[in-house]
Amino acid sequence: MTKPKTTRFDTLALHAGARPDPATGARATPIYQSASFVFRDSDHAAALFNMERAGHVYSRISNPTCAVLEERISALEDGVGAIAVASGQAALHLAIVTLMGAGSHIVASRSLYGGSHNLLDFTLPRFGIETTFVDPRDLDAWRAALRPNTRLLFGETLGNPGLEVLDIPRVAGLAHEHGLPLLVDSTFTTPYLMRPFEHGADLVYHSATKFLSGHGVVIGGLLVDGGRFDWGEPGKSAGKFPTLTEPYAGFHDMVFVDESTTAAFLLRARREGIRDFGACMAPMTAFQILQGIETLPLRMQRHVENTRRIVAFLAAHEMVESVGYPELPQHPDRALATELLPRGCGAVFSFSIRGTREQGRKFIESLRIFSHLANVGDAKSLVIHPASTTHFRVSAEDLRAAGITEGTIRLSVGLEDAEDLIEDLSRALYAAGKA
Amino acid sequence: MRCDVAEHSAYAYTGSRAFDPALPTVVFVHGAAHDHSVWALQSRYFAHHRRNVLAVDLPGHGRSGGGPLPSVEAIAEWLAALLDAARIEHAALVGHSLGALAVLEAAGRHPERVENIALLGPAVPMPVADALLDAAKANDHLAYELITGWSFAPGHQLGGNQQPGVWMIGNALRLMERSQPGALYADLVACHRYAGGLAAAGKVRCPALLILGQRDLMAPAKNAAALTAALAGCRVVTIPDCGHSLMAEVPDAVLDALRAFLRP
Repeated sequence: MTKPKTTRFDTLALHAGARPDPATGARATPIYQSASFVFRDSDHAAALFNMERAGHVYSRISNPTCAVLEERISALEDGVGAIAVASGQAALHLAIVTLMGAGSHIVASRSLYGGSHNLLDFTLPRFGIETTFVDPRDLDAWRAALRPNTRLLFGETLGNPGLEVLDIPRVAGLAHEHGLPLLVDSTFTTPYLMRPFEHGADLVYHSATKFLSGHGVVIGGLLVDGGRFDWGEPGKSAGKFPTLTEPYAGFHDMVFVDESTTAAFLLRARREGIRDFGACMAPMTAFQILQGIETLPLRMQRHVENTRRIVAFLAAHEMVESVGYPELPQHPDRALATELLPRGCGAVFSFSIRGTREQGRKFIESLRIFSHLANVGDAKSLVIHPASTTHFRVSAEDLRAAGITEGTIRLSVGLEDAEDLIEDLSRALYAAGKA
Repeated sequence: MRCDVAEHSAYAYTGSRAFDPALPTVVFVHGAAHDHSVWALQSRYFAHHRRNVLAVDLPGHGRSGGGPLPSVEAIAEWLAALLDAARIEHAALVGHSLGALAVLEAAGRHPERVENIALLGPAVPMPVADALLDAAKANDHLAYELITGWSFAPGHQLGGNQQPGVWMIGNALRLMERSQPGALYADLVACHRYAGGLAAAGKVRCPALLILGQRDLMAPAKNAAALTAALAGCRVVTIPDCGHSLMAEVPDAVLDALRAFLRP
């Protein structure tokens, strides 16, 4: 049987979007550290500005190094294109403002990164965009929260910090039933563990600061368009997304769905969102994220291997009250995780230690290899106490709903030798027990 | 723009410009299981440079109603009917792949109405591999994957798009996935069965341009040799390191060739 000529994931992680530099032969992707790019002549300049020719004008709008990264993540996610932005938060903001304005409504999982929760719960209402938060496991709650002005459903592939596995097929099905797109934060899983578009999601974003980079030296975000959503489907989405289906006075009355059947969202996000809000990625940052993505498959395998060993160690430890990892038999999403995340459930998880808040403090301060900081997805192992840091502004009620207690500790398991990590945790648990 | 052609509503992209009867018109015709958007950059350029542009969705494709037409000859007649419906007396016709065959046939049938023809990725004949026909007939996703694998030159299989941030392979797959069931098979059968290319070429009376991809596996450049010989005085532009997806792989080179050819 004739087989299609397709390039596989690990090869795409190294090569997608890049080719040897035609000017110098450089094999690594060059860092095009230039604010702007010379026009061949006046006609070329006008054509670039008016989207009649492909190319770069100004690095806020696009940049050759960033474009390689954008193609690479698109290839890995099986999307049609992407935009590299200043941070994961910028990616979430860009997705929302590309789709809607004042008077719109979002339905979101309540198990979100604290920064995302801040944007939706406290900041966007000031601009007329409201959000209803729901239990990500409760499809009826998603449905009940829908309003006539709802424009987006949003969740994380793995909830933060409880690791609720988002049932993307069912939530996407509900969204599509109502002519709405599903946006997914895929930071914790990366395309190596799950490709949300294959399960029905329409837009994906990453904090590229985390596993995609792996080195923890840059801040960056990536917003990917799956290219499958029909923004003007009669009886469904028609009329809901005028930013994409109506003439845009800010770009010569361009109708974005007329320009691109598959990537209208991406066009508007670049031609308006990046142009006007300006949260672009620096080319040096893109280069560093590209270096990380080259080893993403290898790193994610090791992250998951180490995590599984540590989860097993903690689950059997007398000082540990509970461990929340979707591969464990008692986790409510185990079956869903088996279906959606067969390669593993990532390397970020939470557990609760027995005892007082003081014992929790002693545990964190006794760790020697795990670094106490606010980040995840580094090559180095990390630890944090969510209730006093990342989720500090979340109400006690919402904390409980998100499964966070005073004793909850979140780990991001790195690439060190698993035995060293287990010894570090063992020592700190012993110290906590004595406190 | 919408107009009724052969009892069905037809859509054509105009570059967000109103039709101006005083300006010359260029009609862009897409290939199998595609739509007007494959011409986005090139059609927008001409729409903003003193041309009327109609980048059509063929029947049963994109936003145009009806079902896919069964033959190249039928598509050629549909193009003539489109000009009638839009009240356009003469036009330049630009086509890609199946669209190129339809443009060739239309120019042979209606030489008085066609000012120029530009054929991208043409081959006469244009046989289609059995494996691809079988997969398309079954509406098997394999057909889209085979086309995508064969349509991009090796260097472009890994990207390097001139259009920032767009992954060409994913874009090509998503566009074909949107085509209605049976459309790809109908289009491929039309290509496979078309036997009138050289006869049509002999009747063409207008200037002709062929734009060929040096690494085209779907319609190899060498298969255009007989067509080149039959189109007296035609121009040929062969683009190195380019496959069958010329407008996506080398959008600027395609535009430059069209600009030089269609310059008033």
